[in-house]
Amino acid sequence: MAAPDKGAGRSGSTRRQFLLGGAVAGVGAAAAIGADLALSQNDSPTASASVPLNGDTVVPFYGAHQAGVDTDAQAHGTFVGLSLHDDVDRDGLRRLMQVLTDDASRLTQGEAALADSEPEMASPPARLTVTFGFGPGFVARAGGTGPAWLAPLPAFGIDRLQPEFSDGDLLIQFAGDDPTTVAHATRMLLKDARSFADVKWTQHGFRRAYGSVAPGTTMRNLFGQVDGTANPQPGTSEFDTVVWHTEGWMAGGTGAVVRRIQMDLDTWDQLDRPGREQSVGRYLSNGAPLTGTAEHDEPDFEATTAIGFPVIPEFSHMRRSRPDDPTQRIFRRAYNYDEAPTGDRVSDSGLIFVSFQADVDKQFTPIQRRLDELDLLNEWTTPIGSAVFAVPPGCAEGGYIGETLLA
Amino acid sequence: MTTSIRTTSRFGVLLAAGALLLAGCASTSTTPAADTEAATQADSFAISDAWVKSAESGMSAAFGELENSSGEDITVVAASTEVSPMIELHETVADETGEMVMQPIDGGFVIPAEGTYALEPGGSHIMLMGLDQPIVAGEEVTFTLTFADDSTVEFTAPVKDYSGANENYVGDDSEMDMDMDESDTSGSDDS
Repeated sequence: MAAPDKGAGRSGSTRRQFLLGGAVAGVGAAAAIGADLALSQNDSPTASASVPLNGDTVVPFYGAHQAGVDTDAQAHGTFVGLSLHDDVDRDGLRRLMQVLTDDASRLTQGEAALADSEPEMASPPARLTVTFGFGPGFVARAGGTGPAWLAPLPAFGIDRLQPEFSDGDLLIQFAGDDPTTVAHATRMLLKDARSFADVKWTQHGFRRAYGSVAPGTTMRNLFGQVDGTANPQPGTSEFDTVVWHTEGWMAGGTGAVVRRIQMDLDTWDQLDRPGREQSVGRYLSNGAPLTGTAEHDEPDFEATTAIGFPVIPEFSHMRRSRPDDPTQRIFRRAYNYDEAPTGDRVSDSGLIFVSFQADVDKQFTPIQRRLDELDLLNEWTTPIGSAVFAVPPGCAEGGYIGETLLA
Repeated sequence: MTTSIRTTSRFGVLLAAGALLLAGCASTSTTPAADTEAATQADSFAISDAWVKSAESGMSAAFGELENSSGEDITVVAASTEVSPMIELHETVADETGEMVMQPIDGGFVIPAEGTYALEPGGSHIMLMGLDQPIVAGEEVTFTLTFADDSTVEFTAPVKDYSGANENYVGDDSEMDMDMDESDTSGSDDS
């Protein structure tokens, strides 16, 4: 999103305006890259520096919103759920978030954290973002009152939830285009969280490598489906309405749902292409609805086949997830996972489903309830992890994430 | 001591320079004690990226980048903090067997003109030798440094958990081991 050629384009405008007082967004990013290039030229005069490196690109840390929500999704994501130690009180939470904020504010800008044992690994930042979310236990420990939706989702019939992928007091989402940088940031913050909390679960995910496809291209999941077409676009008022909470200590924050969806590629293999397309209601080739030709064509749910059946089947994922109620919208920011298989399976794959929405109960849960009742994709997908977090707003320099709850 | 701040124009400039150096490190601040109109060593001093290693009891150490904006060397000759009545300025050197040991530094920390002096694990540091209370991650500890001309400066440093900085200590009369493993695990047990 901070690529200079994209200028003041899609995302993060609110944050940058906060930072730069409304200065043209792309200029800062371009200047930062220029400075980095000048430095690296001095360091190694033989290196070719004619092409701006994505590794030098930084996403501003400070702002009205936390980065990593409206940031054009980076290639790699590590999601960590932490459980607070019993003796951590409100003051402990404040200290924890001050330390983690300081780490994140430095590492995302390509600078070593304080007491960083591997300071060289802070660079290149490669659009690293670190995003924090508070679980119900965190807010309770802080003595605060969370939004009403801050609780485990209702139990769905399709769920086969495993504790090792569910819940947690604190979510840290690490996302970046360089997996080495992401690994170092993860290590650094978890070291600093260690005296306050234990790691409850970790999930590693990936999308297309940086540079493989144009920024903003809708991802493909490991079923081969174009996944996330209906997302509101960052930088639009629609996105702001869908994503940002507006009240109390959460003003400028959002709600995060993180669900681990196991995808059974072995049984999916038994399904032929027309069946695969009907299960979702979209063409595999480009994600166009079965009633259209381009990805972003509006689906025609009234269209029928020659013998009178709906072109987009009643049981299809798209029809079931598409609400009549326009307030039931979410912003998806998912990552694929592909782990080592066990037994006679040849894959253990799926989706780290991540969605951001201002109100989980009003926006996410009705959609999931409809999918739970009927969605042909349920034949091949199983939710095995689930967690809900309140992502607090961003902070200004000198502040810390969570200060609206903890200060 | 009580610091009195006079905002002479010269001081203002130095403060601005300090603020620049400290950008991105909001938790660290310096307050030069300018008792006279004449420029003191403290006036030329700034510290960035200061931090202290957490510890349950006993010993710990403080680190950071010391900076001198003046055209002449300045020297830190002493440090003090409320959390540890006993405190020393240390360097780390190889002893006669080649082992790296830390010891009080003769003559203090000399920060070269227009230069810097690094306090870091495995190198020079401010040694806290008698913690009378635990210092835990995320807290801030206030230090006062005294310079060769008796001017002083105060700064705060956040506490961080850190597994390193376990150098051997060679005292005046006995050998101690600055092994803070016990305090390191304070985090994983309780703090």
